[in-house]
Amino acid sequence: MLCVDLPMKETTQVLVGSLDQIGLGQGRCFVIGTRKVAVFRLRNGEVCALDACCPHRAGPLAEGIIGGGIVICPLHGYKFSLADGRGLDNDLAVSSYQAEVHEGMIFLRLSRAD
Amino acid sequence: MVSANDSRQKLIVIGNGMAGARTVEEILARGGGEQFAITVFSEEPYGNYNRILLSNVLCGAQDPSQIFLNPPEWYEEQGITLRLGVRADVIARPHKAIHCDDGNWYSYDKLIIATGSRPTIPPIAALRKPTGELRPGIFVFRTLDDCRRIAEYAANCRHAAVIGGGLLGLEAARGLLTQKVEVSVIHLLDHLMEQQLDPVAGALLKRTIEAMGIKVYLKKLTKAVLGDNRVTGLAFEDGSSLECDMVVIATGITPNAEIGSRWGLTTERGIVVDDQLRTSDPDIYAVGECAQHRGRVYGLVAPLWEQAKVLADHITGSNPAAAYQGSKLATKLKVMGVELVSMGAITPDGEHEDVVQFLEARRGIYKKLIIRDGRLAGGILMGDIGKGAYLMQAYDRGIRLPDERLSLLFETGAPSVQVTFEEMPDSVQICNCNGVNKGAIVASVAAGHRSLRAVMENTRAGTGCGSCKGLVDELVRWACQGEIVDDPALHYYVPGIPLTKPELTKKIRELGLKSVSAVFDALADGRDDAQSKPGLASLLRTIWGADYVDERDARFVNDRVHANIQNDGTFSVVPRIYGGVTSPAELRRIADVAERYHARMVKITGGQRIDLLGIRKADLPAAWRDLGMPSGHAYTKAFRTCKTCVGTDFCRYGLGDSTKLGIAIEKRFQGIEAPHKMKLAVSGCPRNCAEATVKDLGAVAVENGWQVYIGGAAGSVVRAGDLLATVKTHQEVITLMGRFMQYYRENARYAERTYRFVERIGIERLKAILVEDCDGQITRLDQEIESAVAAYRDPWTEGCQAYESTQFAEPVTVNEEAAGSSV
Repeated sequence: MLCVDLPMKETTQVLVGSLDQIGLGQGRCFVIGTRKVAVFRLRNGEVCALDACCPHRAGPLAEGIIGGGIVICPLHGYKFSLADGRGLDNDLAVSSYQAEVHEGMIFLRLSRAD
Repeated sequence: MVSANDSRQKLIVIGNGMAGARTVEEILARGGGEQFAITVFSEEPYGNYNRILLSNVLCGAQDPSQIFLNPPEWYEEQGITLRLGVRADVIARPHKAIHCDDGNWYSYDKLIIATGSRPTIPPIAALRKPTGELRPGIFVFRTLDDCRRIAEYAANCRHAAVIGGGLLGLEAARGLLTQKVEVSVIHLLDHLMEQQLDPVAGALLKRTIEAMGIKVYLKKLTKAVLGDNRVTGLAFEDGSSLECDMVVIATGITPNAEIGSRWGLTTERGIVVDDQLRTSDPDIYAVGECAQHRGRVYGLVAPLWEQAKVLADHITGSNPAAAYQGSKLATKLKVMGVELVSMGAITPDGEHEDVVQFLEARRGIYKKLIIRDGRLAGGILMGDIGKGAYLMQAYDRGIRLPDERLSLLFETGAPSVQVTFEEMPDSVQICNCNGVNKGAIVASVAAGHRSLRAVMENTRAGTGCGSCKGLVDELVRWACQGEIVDDPALHYYVPGIPLTKPELTKKIRELGLKSVSAVFDALADGRDDAQSKPGLASLLRTIWGADYVDERDARFVNDRVHANIQNDGTFSVVPRIYGGVTSPAELRRIADVAERYHARMVKITGGQRIDLLGIRKADLPAAWRDLGMPSGHAYTKAFRTCKTCVGTDFCRYGLGDSTKLGIAIEKRFQGIEAPHKMKLAVSGCPRNCAEATVKDLGAVAVENGWQVYIGGAAGSVVRAGDLLATVKTHQEVITLMGRFMQYYRENARYAERTYRFVERIGIERLKAILVEDCDGQITRLDQEIESAVAAYRDPWTEGCQAYESTQFAEPVTVNEEAAGSSV
């Protein structure tokens, strides 16, 4: 059997800070280099991360209401999936990032290339 | 053409009138030309023509050649065998063949009978020659030949009588009028066109056509034709008579169903067909005026088109589920130049129907609508049919009518459907906020979104200011063609919890649910829902007041930071300026704050306040502290502002002290939360400079008192408020306003503005509850609003002590070098 190692896209794990920087059930924007990421702290303890800018009119997604696995942009109400950034009532999409909490600290996995 | 090696099934159509021809067209449109070798037999020696336009031929408005639908060449091009002037006389069902008067047998696999109907000839003495034919000078009005013969004969006549005051009779009378003869219409019943009109409309029509020179005789049963060789008159059963030298009979139609009854097909008035237009022999169909479906024989063109479609769907197999359910009759006519719409029931059946009507006899305008369960069951429009297209559509599709009945009869200021959806091009923009056009909504329905909510979610139509929602709803219903899915969520207070507002309120009280997350846990199996959160937060606060457990994630960002988010993510700050009256000291502080926190614009608002725009979130608490003024709530669903005019203090016209009252109102109700925002105004005289009649609540001073208006609007919808009451004192105005606010808080849907709410409940009902105390609620309502006022706390005090540490948090900048680690 022939095994091929596919070159994994190089990723970086970034510690963005403590969980209590984010209000319960709310989001907050983190600026990492040139990138702005909205991190959401769900009431069930999970965290999710999406690009912070709504692709519609650049609304701040971190200020949006979350619930039921979605975030609603505060400017015009566009909805996106917290899981994968897919637009739910629109054809747009935002990037999503893997986010984890270890001992009250939030870690994001970002690709290096971008 | 049929040839020996043709593998196609043989389809024979008997009759080439509008039904037969249309059915053939529909079959071809479904690729039936590949399946069937089609032969059409036409008794008339012409190709088919549009019989609706026959009277135009009689009056010379159209040439006979213009009313042909398909010329004989068309049949040739389509590969159809057309046999003109050939009559079928036998159906040998066991052999699946028909015999015709050309002496030949023709075999079929499928047979369609579309023999139409013929004029009904009433039993009148001396009508016929001994041979059975009608006497010279006696005509029916049915075919192109009839038309031509009537016109020729009329040239030598002075006075023509038309027997029958129905639609066809009046059409004939119109035609004859242009032939320069005197015309009389004889009708058996007590008003004209009783199929389409009620007595009022019939009488109006009579007046109109009499003014055109036609004599109308009602309740006349014709007994005999007078005259030996030439017709000289008619004798009636009541002993009277009428001189005339020609007669046109237009007393209805009789289906040509004999070919069915004679050859063993179940036949009553017409040949009986099922929902697939099949007769009692499954290989034989009947369509049009010769067919009887669910006890009815139709004599109008629209039902026949619907039948033709279903028949074609079925016979070609292109839609085996196709079923004809009977037709709703809605017709738009022009009778003697009078425009007329008639549909469905023209008189109410019972007490459960509302009748909405308008009559202006002198101008011949009559409008009558019969409404059952909020939908149109039928009606008549005469003289002015401006709303006809919309109403016919509403009738046909069973669209729910707006509660505002006046707008059904007249073009009022409110937005209304001006054209039918059929006529509306796809490019017409329906939702002006999100730029969604008709085509996109129709496409969304076609893609399977079968409720208003599903289409709104899919297209975003109606999700902006919401003023087009009614129109979107109607368009969705239209596009669904009766396949609309009843969406129970429409009645829920919030989409995520399947309960109406009263049910939800009851549950919340019973279970003592004091926070939004507690509601999700108890009533939605712990599944939270982003869209439902703000509505729940609002309701819980209204229910529990100070005991409400405030979870800030349930709030929209504006309500978390008590400021209005702008398109660049900054915020606007509007301090409260009671009644629009400020002072030099306040203005200085406002100016200082604007400079200190780099307001990008300082703007006078429409509500007589000052807006500082472009303030960063983190600066909000300091800006509020420095202002030293309370929040103006210009960001939330609550009491916003109370605009005033100068009033008696300065104005020479002032009747009431509007500034004093406005300030008192604003001090009392500032920040009271509600299902939607409430904008108020007080004017000191009926000149109404503060525009109080287009506010959610407004007061206007009159001599000796104040008028209190509710439900006004001047935004995406413009609506003049309704007068709730006229009272004497400031205190009475304040009490009445508070009482309405509390009733609105308790009973409106989330995000329902007062203008919708007042329309929904009705001003008379609101007067009964809030002024006359018909159900004994007044005392309680007054107490509830009093405790809401008492519980008020200026949210800008959070500028001194934030509710939570993250409340005014700006983005965090992460030091990548320090934080990152390659994995």
